[in-house]
Amino acid sequence: MPASETAPLPTLAVWKFASCDGCQLTLLNCEDELLALAGKIQIAYFPEATRAVVSGPYDLSLVEGSITTAEDATRIREVRRMSRHLVTIGACATSGGIQALRNFADIDEFCSVVYAQPAYIETLATSTPIEAHVDVDFQLRGCPIDPGQLVEVLTAFLQSRTPRIPSYSVCIECKRAGNVCVTVAHGTPCLGPVTHAGCGALCPSYARGCYGCFGPKGTPNTSSMADRLHFLGMPERDVTRIFRTFNAAAEPFRREGLRHDESALPERGGLP
Amino acid sequence: MTHKDADAERLLHVDTLARVEGEGAMHVRVHDGHVTDVQLRIYEPPRFFEALLRGRSFTEPPDITARICGICPVAYQMSACLALETACGVIVTEEIRAFRRLLYCGEWIESHALHVYLLHAPDFLGYASAIEMAREHAEVVEQGLRLKKAGNAIMKAVGGRSIHPVNVRVGGFYRFPTRQELRALRPTLERGRDDALATVELVAGFEFPDFEQPHEYVAMRADDGYPLESGSIVSSSGLAFPAQRFADHIAEEHVEHSHALHSRLIKDGSAYVVGPLARYSLNHDRLSPLAREAATAGGLGPTCRNPFQSIVVRAVEMVYACDEALRIIDSWDGAGSPYVDVTPQAATGHGVTEAPRGILYHRYTLDRDGTILDAVIIPPTSQNQPSVEADLRSYVQDRLELDDIELTRQCEQAIRNYDPCISCATHFLDLTVERT
Repeated sequence: MPASETAPLPTLAVWKFASCDGCQLTLLNCEDELLALAGKIQIAYFPEATRAVVSGPYDLSLVEGSITTAEDATRIREVRRMSRHLVTIGACATSGGIQALRNFADIDEFCSVVYAQPAYIETLATSTPIEAHVDVDFQLRGCPIDPGQLVEVLTAFLQSRTPRIPSYSVCIECKRAGNVCVTVAHGTPCLGPVTHAGCGALCPSYARGCYGCFGPKGTPNTSSMADRLHFLGMPERDVTRIFRTFNAAAEPFRREGLRHDESALPERGGLP
Repeated sequence: MTHKDADAERLLHVDTLARVEGEGAMHVRVHDGHVTDVQLRIYEPPRFFEALLRGRSFTEPPDITARICGICPVAYQMSACLALETACGVIVTEEIRAFRRLLYCGEWIESHALHVYLLHAPDFLGYASAIEMAREHAEVVEQGLRLKKAGNAIMKAVGGRSIHPVNVRVGGFYRFPTRQELRALRPTLERGRDDALATVELVAGFEFPDFEQPHEYVAMRADDGYPLESGSIVSSSGLAFPAQRFADHIAEEHVEHSHALHSRLIKDGSAYVVGPLARYSLNHDRLSPLAREAATAGGLGPTCRNPFQSIVVRAVEMVYACDEALRIIDSWDGAGSPYVDVTPQAATGHGVTEAPRGILYHRYTLDRDGTILDAVIIPPTSQNQPSVEADLRSYVQDRLELDDIELTRQCEQAIRNYDPCISCATHFLDLTVERT
């Protein structure tokens, strides 16, 4: 790289905690930008993509996944120490992910259902987002994140500015896409009014209601949302289920889910 | 990452396996010139999918289980739908089935292109990553990225997005795209098919170690076409059974040395292989003529027993997937309903489909109102794990003269032959707490 002879490129590290790999795959899915990006940033640590390891500190760390083991709770602190900027990518890193359903259940029972030797499993009773453990410079939402938004975050970082990621609802994107409202026209339950934009209102474009995979928007009115779901005929149990998926532990969704949970166990943990 | 002990003990280990999906480690112990222990360790934290699915609605597994793996979410959606539809006594229309195949073709192309170009080819060409490889072979990496993008384009058009598609529901799809929307994919896929043919030519020219393995192959076999979204299960020794008999033929075994559940065949306790090698060898006659020609040109016979050549088989499967996607698009009408109604009932249903890495099994037991009482998911990587370890054992035994660094590098390559997806395997594999 000729550029690297003049000025060192900023270094990028990609870290994985409990997750499905989908958000870091989004980086590899930026097919048109990937090679151009490799000329502007040195990919210094990204095990999914390379054997080569450049030692830290790193200018930018992208963190995928949630904290579910004591070891990972220690590792994320090391990652923070090695990183000038730390950005979480995706629902797991930002709100605990689908694995945070354990926060509403009995972890010992979960272990015994899945594993023959539960004693060998080292796991925490909760799945928590990265910001519950260390300071986070920016949180990119989505299950999975949107490739366009990821490129915007990386570009913003290279230009030393704040990423332009609006925190309004999916409804705004849906109107802009010219969709007919699935709730108004067809009575389809849709979490669009309380869900963070970013996907481009995908689900309503496919004739289904939003299921909230980008998590809560800024200042969501979830109780009004729940009233609407009731009005559409949704039973109480399903209201809990709809708030309790990939962002179940994000505070507004957590609270609303609990409010309708008729069989709530005493909740484990919360933020440590 | 390797060292020699004073007493002729050799340990090869890699703490973080690179260019695999998920977090795993490898550990090989050699004592007095004999391989004494081989472990492919999974240390990715468990996420308890089978447990968290209980109490959810029967409509939710396609969305929830997709999150087991960002690289093959469609496979999870397809096996989940099939299992739940079987439980509810529903059979989807031919049109829905074809549309599922189309979506699956997209995932195969995306996943195989990722593995062939970004994860596996750097091993053969001697680079740490595809990004480094791009400095000297830009056109090769660009070809790979273009193919990957073609796969993603199908998934976006059919599923809404390439990771965790939103258009799949139990009973079919939320919406069929218009004929026009699908036709728009044609130029991309024609280019993709050319790129896939060029991929076969490229990877067939790689150097492969002489390494034939005797593993039993297990794959699906359908009434027509190369197996993807439906069919029964067959094996190279003549087993043939439907998805609901899965547990009669395949057992999960607790292996002490690795504290891991491994899958084995019940008939003789042997390890087996799923994925491209098995699929190809059991369905060579079902490839499209173009894909079969490409296989022959790429030096493959009707079966393939060298795991290192799996990269050629993946390339051939990309030719097939492009061909098949074009066929489905060309005959697409989209006039029927995108889904059939599914009414829940108290029952158990099984579903198996061909994920890019091999057969993926789901089983659900439902309550009368559709609440999930029990869920079992067996991903391909955990089925392949005993065979990966067997490969490493014999591979290392025959190459003890290599120094540790080279031997370790080659072992990593041998693991990548199986394109292990550790994110998939982890939710049910026991965690090894021992550290080296």
